[in-house]
Amino acid sequence: MEIINGFLDEWGEYIWEAIIQTFQMVSISLIISIVIGLPLGVLLVLTRPGKSLENKYLFGFLNVVINIIRSIPFIILLFFILPFTKLIVGTTIGVLGVIVPLVVFTAPYIARLMENSLLEVDRGVLEAYEAMGIKTKDIIWNVMVREARPSIVLGLTIATIGLIGATAMAGLVGAGGLGDLAYRFGHLRYEPTVMYVTVGILIILVQGLQSIGNVVAARLKKD
Amino acid sequence: MIKISNLSKTFQAKKGTIEALRDVSLEVKKGEIFGVIGYSGAGKSTLIRSVNLLEKPTSGTVSIDGTDITSLSKGELLKARRKIGMIFQGFNLLKTATVYDNIAIPLKLTGVPKEEIDERVNRYLNIVGLADKVDAYPAQLSGGQKQRVAIARALAHEPEVLLSDEATSALDPDTTDAILDLLLKINQELGITILLITHEMHVIQRICDGVAVMENGEIVEQGTTLDVFTSPKHLTTQKFVNSIFNHQLSNDLIDTLRNTGEIISLKFIDHSSQEPALAVVAKKFDVYPNILSGNITQLKSQPFGSLLVHFKGEENEVQKAIHYLQNQGIQTDEVIKHGNNKRIS
Repeated sequence: MEIINGFLDEWGEYIWEAIIQTFQMVSISLIISIVIGLPLGVLLVLTRPGKSLENKYLFGFLNVVINIIRSIPFIILLFFILPFTKLIVGTTIGVLGVIVPLVVFTAPYIARLMENSLLEVDRGVLEAYEAMGIKTKDIIWNVMVREARPSIVLGLTIATIGLIGATAMAGLVGAGGLGDLAYRFGHLRYEPTVMYVTVGILIILVQGLQSIGNVVAARLKKD
Repeated sequence: MIKISNLSKTFQAKKGTIEALRDVSLEVKKGEIFGVIGYSGAGKSTLIRSVNLLEKPTSGTVSIDGTDITSLSKGELLKARRKIGMIFQGFNLLKTATVYDNIAIPLKLTGVPKEEIDERVNRYLNIVGLADKVDAYPAQLSGGQKQRVAIARALAHEPEVLLSDEATSALDPDTTDAILDLLLKINQELGITILLITHEMHVIQRICDGVAVMENGEIVEQGTTLDVFTSPKHLTTQKFVNSIFNHQLSNDLIDTLRNTGEIISLKFIDHSSQEPALAVVAKKFDVYPNILSGNITQLKSQPFGSLLVHFKGEENEVQKAIHYLQNQGIQTDEVIKHGNNKRIS
């Protein structure tokens, strides 16, 4: 008990701060990435050959751009796009400075995951709605996205976990977070306890997220 | 009500062009149930999907209630489609929505007022007999029940025409009959014109007033169900008709029997089905009729019987007997061997 209290006295504040920073980075970049990624996913589905907004060039362009971004490891992306980050938010350090690369990293990933989820939706249902004289935009939101919801939730869970991993590298631009804590204190200053506790928290976080994702997806899924 | 004129559709495939429809014309009258039958790949699915332009025909026109829908603008087509209901082999319901929402969501999206949505959902669920399943999800329903929900969904838009794309093909025989009876009821009580496609002769026999037989993208025969059943002309039609009666004799048996008389196929329509024609023939002429195979079936409008009979006797007497039967309004055909006609009618 004493040991725990002692540990908390020494490190509690740092850990709490790191958790908050991780949450900030993950939640803000996740929301922005969904806002960008979901429509991109829809566009990828609709512009592919044989679909209602078929457009070879747009589909090909999106495909290539997404593949290129997805080829770059986050640690490289982070530095590679520094000028872009500076242009968008005016700084390249801190939580703000890391949000941009996190979004650039996650949005195309989410777009791919959304594309997969949306492609799973039974074509027949879409056709039934088309046959009922319902507008394409209504079909997208009320049939495609609706029917894909369980799969979308699972996809977002995967994306969020990937995002948590990426935030660990955020320490390199001074954004803090749990990964940074483990690296700086656990590794550089050789405080193994801090390392263990951080890893423990991350495990709990990821397990918890995956469980929540599974439960929500199961709730939404009715078959 | 539905008039299809010179409809053609070609697909570009890797192996070249596929002509799914070749100059197809047919007309479905108001209040009628019309069936298109054919084997898979005959083009019937493309045909029915052209009626609401899910498939855009390469040439030709489709007009519904006098409006040529192939010439409509995008917006007008949306409106026209709302008056054309459609049901599918795969039911195509939203898995994530209750029975109620499955019917209500499309109504909401087509701008039906809220109070009316509630009223329509209940009314049409009652008609299809699923009022107690209003809160169930599709996964909790049987195939037949899912098709009933799909039918209610189509009816809720109060269409004038209902298209049925193999709606019973995924169902077991009892459920098929129940769904066919429901379609018949919809047709009779709500006056909805139905165009259906199927590969099951049973569907045509049970509910259709008119029928067209398709093969290789063409209509090879069409007419009233009765005419097509009693005197099928095209080989494919004959195969379909025979699939109901399924009279099959071996070539050996035919050869043996031919030595002592003739094998004749008799078709009885309507009242003739009820008279003991064979008994009369046996008494009047010096022939011994022997029934080899027989079946009486019910068409939508009247009973229809088919018998395969061996008439033993002198050729002269046999001919007189056949002539007598013809005069009684019974259709007679000489039986040919398997080689010429795979099954025998």
